[in-house]
Amino acid sequence: METLFFLIVAAIAVICSLMVVTNKNPINSALSLIMTFFCLATLYVMLEAPFMAAIQVIVYAGAIMVLIVFVIMLLNIKSEAGRRTSHALFMGISVGLLLLVQTWYLLVKSSLSSVRGTVDSAMISKVGHTELIGKSLFTDFLLPFEITSILLLVAIVGAVVLSKKKL
Amino acid sequence: MDIFGDIPWYIYFAAMILKVLVAFVFVLLTVAYATYAERKLIGFMQVRIGPNRTGPIGLLQPIADGIKLFFKEEIIPAQASKFAFVLAPLVALVPAFISFAVIPFGDSIQIAGYKFPLQIAAYADKAGTVYDLNIGVLYILAMASLGVYGIVLAGWSSNSKYSLLGGLRASAQMISYELAAGLAIVCVFMVSQSLSLQAIVADQSGLFGWYIFRNPFLFVAGIIFFICSLAEINRTPFDLPEAETELVSGFCTEYSSMKYAMFFMAEYANMVTVCAVMTTLFLGGWHGPLPSVLNFIAKVYVLMFVCMWIRATYPRYRYDQLMKLGWKVFLPITLFLIMGNAIWMTLFK
Repeated sequence: METLFFLIVAAIAVICSLMVVTNKNPINSALSLIMTFFCLATLYVMLEAPFMAAIQVIVYAGAIMVLIVFVIMLLNIKSEAGRRTSHALFMGISVGLLLLVQTWYLLVKSSLSSVRGTVDSAMISKVGHTELIGKSLFTDFLLPFEITSILLLVAIVGAVVLSKKKL
Repeated sequence: MDIFGDIPWYIYFAAMILKVLVAFVFVLLTVAYATYAERKLIGFMQVRIGPNRTGPIGLLQPIADGIKLFFKEEIIPAQASKFAFVLAPLVALVPAFISFAVIPFGDSIQIAGYKFPLQIAAYADKAGTVYDLNIGVLYILAMASLGVYGIVLAGWSSNSKYSLLGGLRASAQMISYELAAGLAIVCVFMVSQSLSLQAIVADQSGLFGWYIFRNPFLFVAGIIFFICSLAEINRTPFDLPEAETELVSGFCTEYSSMKYAMFFMAEYANMVTVCAVMTTLFLGGWHGPLPSVLNFIAKVYVLMFVCMWIRATYPRYRYDQLMKLGWKVFLPITLFLIMGNAIWMTLFK
């Protein structure tokens, strides 16, 4: 049953991501992208990472895409008919294929598939996914975590300085 | 699969479907009669009688309204973006309802020797331990952040300036107040040490176990959460998106028939959800003197009464006052509350 469910979600994800690039209307593209994010969140839940799923929906679907939809609406971007050239199509397809081959290589040929971490399903259901992520963020990955927060702070200050003409 | 425990799968599925149906019907009925109760209550507060023509003391009014809206002509403006226009009411309605999947509306009950927690997204194993969604609160926040799409899409796709302005106002307002509401919930996390709603409710037994009475910081956080939630679902005094004196009726100006009814239902369903979340997070969930489900319903209804009372009492905010209140008052206060709560918790362990 889980495989069937995965196949359905994966099919929707693929169809929606194709619609993101093929849709003529930018708003419909954005809506398809939101749907793709939902499918990704569902996949996270199936991988027993509910925290990641919630963050995926809150941050990507709930915040970033709202901004993108806003920009499209306020700038009133019209549909892109006739502006797509065969060069762009060719480049897009070749980069996509390259990425596919790379992913396949990484999964099959490299050592990635044989490495097993210490965290498994039993541990997640006992300790809780959020607690596990929190612990490793504040112990093993403390420095990268703090650097990210400084980066965010700089970005916030930058946004305020850029948007506010008179401080 | 291990989630079934020793429960036969058909009983498991029957219980799940029953829980979904009961919760859904409860929310729908509450939504229908909230419209009636609001008109009646505000009528009394303004020394009017309110609806009293359909059925005894007007009790059939919601059904009459539903039938009327159902049979109205469906109009889609010629210049509208059809796909988004049709999608918008659905997108507004669905998040309001599915938030109920994680709210525990009663204590676990025993049926035929099996234990069933009264929460849709939860199950009990052989030993009777209840498992629910580990990130229940985040799920509610995620669904709340999706509600904005319905309004943005409705505003944009109608191709009308009133709709667009209403949609823009609504989304700016929702995004601003989401932040303060989320930060107010952080205080709850700090006390409960869990994101699971079962654990949060279990931690609040007894009258002074309610989180709102735990310490002064949580008390303020609870009130701020309620106010911010009112702003997030565009209730009075924060109902600028549909300010009829300036914007006709905001984002739903161009909608008619059932699509308009769906926006209306979404507004009231959001109100029910917000009151249920407030009950669960701050007011002890289903704990209290009555049987557990009745406690929950009573608390939700009292909060909904407060919402209607506020609507009858306060005038509408001005747009700049609203933004100032969100960003310059509530946001700093909630940040301060998190600090204060942390200090309180370290001092009085």
